[in-house]
Amino acid sequence: MITMQLLYVLAGAIFASFGVASIRNSENPKRWANAAFWSLLAASFWFGDLLGDIGNGALVLALVGLAGLHLLGRDAKESTTVEERQRFSERYGSKLFLPALIIPFTAFLGTLLFNYTPLKDSGLIEPKSVTLVLLGVGVIIALVVCYLWLRPPAMSAVDEGGRLANAIGWAIVLPQMLAALGAVFAAAGIGDTIGHVAGAIIPQGSIFFAVLLYALGMVAFTMIMGNAFAAFPVMTAAIGFPILIQQDGGRAAVIGAVGMLAGYCGTLMTPMAANFNIVPAALLELKNQYGVVKVQVATAIPLLICNILILYIAGFRL
Amino acid sequence: MTNYWPLLGIALVVLGFALRFNPLLVVAVAAIVTGLLGHMPFLKVLGVLGHGFNENRIVTLIYIVLPVIGLLERYGLQQQARSLISRMRGATVGRVLILYLAFRQIFAALGLTSVAGQAQTVRPLVAPMALAAAEKEHGALDEDTAEHVKAMSAATDNVGLFYGEDIFIAISSILLIQGALKAFGIELTPFELSVWAIPSAICAFLIQSTRLLLLDRQLKRRSQ
Repeated sequence: MITMQLLYVLAGAIFASFGVASIRNSENPKRWANAAFWSLLAASFWFGDLLGDIGNGALVLALVGLAGLHLLGRDAKESTTVEERQRFSERYGSKLFLPALIIPFTAFLGTLLFNYTPLKDSGLIEPKSVTLVLLGVGVIIALVVCYLWLRPPAMSAVDEGGRLANAIGWAIVLPQMLAALGAVFAAAGIGDTIGHVAGAIIPQGSIFFAVLLYALGMVAFTMIMGNAFAAFPVMTAAIGFPILIQQDGGRAAVIGAVGMLAGYCGTLMTPMAANFNIVPAALLELKNQYGVVKVQVATAIPLLICNILILYIAGFRL
Repeated sequence: MTNYWPLLGIALVVLGFALRFNPLLVVAVAAIVTGLLGHMPFLKVLGVLGHGFNENRIVTLIYIVLPVIGLLERYGLQQQARSLISRMRGATVGRVLILYLAFRQIFAALGLTSVAGQAQTVRPLVAPMALAAAEKEHGALDEDTAEHVKAMSAATDNVGLFYGEDIFIAISSILLIQGALKAFGIELTPFELSVWAIPSAICAFLIQSTRLLLLDRQLKRRSQ
C-alpha cells in the first residue's frame, strides 16, 4: 500500500536535492548554510518519526537558528537568460503547458478513477491521502516526461528546484512552524483563556450583537493563530453554542458553517497564515512581503459583512 | 484562577512581525515564552514544538512540485504563458483572473484543493498571464502596478480556495465543524453544513470579481 510515509520519503529526497543544488551554486557565499537548512528539512521528512519529540524540537531550533541569524543566502542564479527562454518558448510553443498540467491532471483524474472504481478496495493507496499521493506520482511522471522530451542537462531538475527553493528560502517552513506554535498555544491553554475572555464580554438581549461578537471573535482569533481551525472550537464553546444556538435558538448548521467562513476572512488578513500570504509574496518575488495580505483586506472586509448578514438572516430570521 | 500570562506569547508574535524580525525566529521565541509562562518546563515546550512540527509536515509537502516548475521555467514556461495571453483578443487582467477564480472555486468545491495553488499554478501560469494581459491594456507596467497585479493573482487563488472548499462535504473543515458541534450534542450531516457554504461562496465570487473589474478600469484609465 502506498502511504503518506512513502510520500514523505519522496519529499525528503526532493528537499535533499535542494541542498545539493545549493552546494553546486558557487556564486552563493552562504551556500553551506543553505545546504544545511535543506538537509535538516530532508532529515525531518525521512526520520521525523524516529527522532522523538525532543529530537524534533532540536531540529526545529537548528532550522530557526540558520534562518534567524541570517546565515542563509538568497542568491538564486538563473540557468538561462530571458532571451534564451523566449527562444525556447517559441520553439516548444504551447506544448510547454502539458508537463505542468500533468501534475494536476494526475491528481484530478487519478482521484476520480480511484474513488469511483474497484481500485478503492484494492488497497493500493491509503484512502485518506489519495490526492496527495497522486500529486507525488504526477511530479514523477512530469519529471520523466520533461527529461525525455526536453533533454535538459542531467542535473537540471536538481538545480532548478533548488533555485526556486532558495528564492523562497526559510518561508517554506514558516507554515509548518506556525502549526507547531499552535500546538504550543494549545498546550499552554491559550484557547481556553481567550474563550473565557470572549464569553465574559457577551451582552444579554441583542441577538445581532452576539452574532457580531461571534464573527469578529472568529476573525480576531484566526488572525492570531493564522488558522480558523484553531479558533472554531474555542469560539463555538464560548459563544456559538451557549449563546447563539442554545439561548437564542439559532440554526446550528448556519452558525457552524458560516462561523468558520467568517474566520476565513481573518485568514485573508493575517501574515500568520504564511502559506497563503507570505510564501506567495516570496514565490512571486514581491518587494513587500506583506503585499498579498494588503490587497486581500479590501476583499475580506466586505466579505465579512456578507458573512455576518448571512449568519444573522439565515441563522435567525429565515 | 485563569493564568493570563501565556497571552504575552501572542503579543510577542504581533510585535515581532510588526518589527519585521525573521518570522521563524519570532515564532520560535513566542512558542518558548508561551510555554514557560504556561508553567511548562523547557524540555516539555521543546517536545511539544517538535511534535507539532513533525505532525504537520504535510503542510510543507506541496514544494515537491518545485523541480518540475523550475525545469519548465528554464525552457520558457512563463514566456509561453505570457504570449498565449497577448495573442488572445479581449483578454484583460480582470477577465483572466475572474476565469481563474471560477475555476478555482469549482474545483475546490469538488474537493480538488491541491490541483491548483500558489506554487503549482499561480507562479508559473496565472501571474505571468495576468501580467501579460495588463501589459496589453496598459503598455509596459511600472513596478508598483506589476507588484499589484501579481499580488492580486495570489489573492484570487486564496479567495477561490477558501470560499470553494467548504462546499465539498469531505473537507477537513466541515468535519471539524461537525465534530465540534457533536461535542455539544448537536448531530449534523456534512451535507447540512456544506450547503450553507454556498451563499458565502457566491458573495466571495461577486466581491473579488468586482474588484478585478475595477482593476481593469483603473488600468484602462491610466493608459489613456
